[in-house]
Amino acid sequence: MEWPATPSVPSAVKNYFDVEGHKHVDLYEYQARDLFEAHGVPVLAGIVAYTPEEAKLAAEKIGGVVVVKAQVKVGGRGKAGGVKVAKNADEAFEHASAILGMDIKGHTVNKVMIAQGADIAEEFYFSVLLDRANRNYLAMCSVEGGMEIEQLAVERPEALAKVAINPLVGIDQAKAEEIVAAAGFSAELAPKVADTIVKLWDVFKKEDATLVEVNPLVRTGAGDIIALDGKVSLDENAGFRQPGHAALEDKAAADPIETRAKELDLNYVKLDGEVGIIGNGAGLVMSTLDVVAYAGENHGGVKPANFLDIGGGASAEVMANGLDIILNDSQVKSVFVNVFGGITACDAVANGIVQALEILGDKATKPLVVRLDGNNVEEGRHILAKANHPLVTLALGMDEGADKAAELANA
Amino acid sequence: MSIFINKDSKVIVQGITGGEGSKHTARMLHAGTNIVGGVNARKAGTTVTHGAKTLPVFGSVEEAMAETGADVSIVFVPPAFTKDAVVEAIEAGIGLVVVITEGVPVQDAAEFWALAQSKVDAEGKQVTRIIGPNCPGIITPGESLVGITPANITGKGGVGLVSKSGTLTYQMMYELRDLGFSTAIGIGGDPIIGTTHIDALAAFEADPDTKAIVMIGEIGGDAEERAAEFIKNNVTKPVVGYVAGFTAPEGKTMGHAGAIVSGSSGTAQAKKEALEAAGVKVGKTPSETAHLLREVYPEHEEPSNL
Repeated sequence: MEWPATPSVPSAVKNYFDVEGHKHVDLYEYQARDLFEAHGVPVLAGIVAYTPEEAKLAAEKIGGVVVVKAQVKVGGRGKAGGVKVAKNADEAFEHASAILGMDIKGHTVNKVMIAQGADIAEEFYFSVLLDRANRNYLAMCSVEGGMEIEQLAVERPEALAKVAINPLVGIDQAKAEEIVAAAGFSAELAPKVADTIVKLWDVFKKEDATLVEVNPLVRTGAGDIIALDGKVSLDENAGFRQPGHAALEDKAAADPIETRAKELDLNYVKLDGEVGIIGNGAGLVMSTLDVVAYAGENHGGVKPANFLDIGGGASAEVMANGLDIILNDSQVKSVFVNVFGGITACDAVANGIVQALEILGDKATKPLVVRLDGNNVEEGRHILAKANHPLVTLALGMDEGADKAAELANA
Repeated sequence: MSIFINKDSKVIVQGITGGEGSKHTARMLHAGTNIVGGVNARKAGTTVTHGAKTLPVFGSVEEAMAETGADVSIVFVPPAFTKDAVVEAIEAGIGLVVVITEGVPVQDAAEFWALAQSKVDAEGKQVTRIIGPNCPGIITPGESLVGITPANITGKGGVGLVSKSGTLTYQMMYELRDLGFSTAIGIGGDPIIGTTHIDALAAFEADPDTKAIVMIGEIGGDAEERAAEFIKNNVTKPVVGYVAGFTAPEGKTMGHAGAIVSGSSGTAQAKKEALEAAGVKVGKTPSETAHLLREVYPEHEEPSNL
């Protein structure tokens, strides 16, 4: 199964700006395989390896023909040479040596999965996922797997069965049989496939997934149904009842500043510009990025340096942490603080900025443009005016502030 | 008039004794909301006091409704308990549940939405409307606030606003504070929400006091595209739009399956194009959007109070 091609941006950016608008954790193939196995979905042996030596040991343990598969969350790994068949453990060592460290569309391969070789007779497709538009779940199934499923959906939509799933009922035996019948499986295969689908539903439900996709689901020469490759996305919001999920997050792939921001509980994403951004509320911060980028067009093309949402409770400490993170980014030339005081009043935010600058002391060296509106705005502006910090400029509106910050970044 | 809430709405607070519930109960009372009690099974029979107002705490939503005639509930309980709280409100047959809680597992939202859909009255109409989760709630200025929106940004007027985002709602209310609002509703940005852009647009279209509508979207999903289609066929009042995230870096799609379902790239540009194709002018920034709204706002309308 192929992951969609994505530009090379840090994983947290992709997670935050995920077009599905919800934070979730996408798993590597080997992690999906392990979850499948834990829920009784038939899979072949597969062991993750970080070095050629580990790959060799894994191949010896599995025995026979194995497949060395690059573990990256990007499409096209097969064409890029990231999947190779090895007849024995020594070949597995060689292939792993070649694949580890390989760059696949900007993703460096730092692990491979050693998978038992499969005797594939037929390939099918199955997925169950959140259906936002209909506010329920959707199961999709086809007897024509293996190929690009998007292409199948466009070219031969009748070959892709789509069955709505009631979240209160899920996929029970009867629903699984309905899916299998809709997809047109033979009477001989139908019970086995239905059985596997019920188990894949268990993965979706019990792991709080938003997507479980198997492509291909295969029939082996011996007649067994096997989930050969899987993609699973897990809902981050369910972390409180899924203690095992934290370990599945891809921490190594994250930007170091982002990792530190996460430790401080800040919603931060590193971008590639010069104007540091702090705001409250994801929508307003995203809007601030836009307004700064537009303003930058008049100031040498400067761009936002980051996304940082300090949330509703913009205390002095949160503000200091936020400023500290942003000022540590050497690319940043100026900072735009854009706050609409709602639950947190502007005077509290202003005090936060003043105290943050005191805490940071000599570390604060870059100009700050501050725009405050909303609750207690007069008090907030008064506090900043009184403090009269040489680095701070007050702006009277969002557009004016963005323009000023862009100008300072281009100075 | 207004949509979904008005001065007659009788409101109960689920989680009234918690930190957030307590803080916002005080704010809502201050804004004039007719709060008639709260719910906390472990503190049933006690009371909470905010200023001159002492409110009873009931053991269940059903009991609170029976004792007070409440028809609206607002939920402030933590994510782990949100599903149970919403299910309780639906089972009790309340008319509106506003779910403020952020971080609700999406499968929980899917389940309480499916339950709400299954409860219909004799005419086949869904009994319980849900707003949220993960939203700032709803305000009919001067009448009732059921949410966490600052009540003092603006007053009553003819603009109806529906938004995925909280602080952008505040920003837009501020930009248009001289015109005032019939109702402003923050529907939340989670994948599964109870009240959609379309629901709010339909209600604003039917509301005689709403003269023009602002719709605020964000990148992700295809709700704005579907709203555009709805506007084209069903909304006669002027609508302007804003979508945050034009310059956000390209995100990854949810994979093949997700793209098949939504059929949209989810980018701000795609949403802007869909809205403009439906005759909705889309601003590049909040201030430009406010400007566009003024251009389409009915001229004979006297500017409202501030």
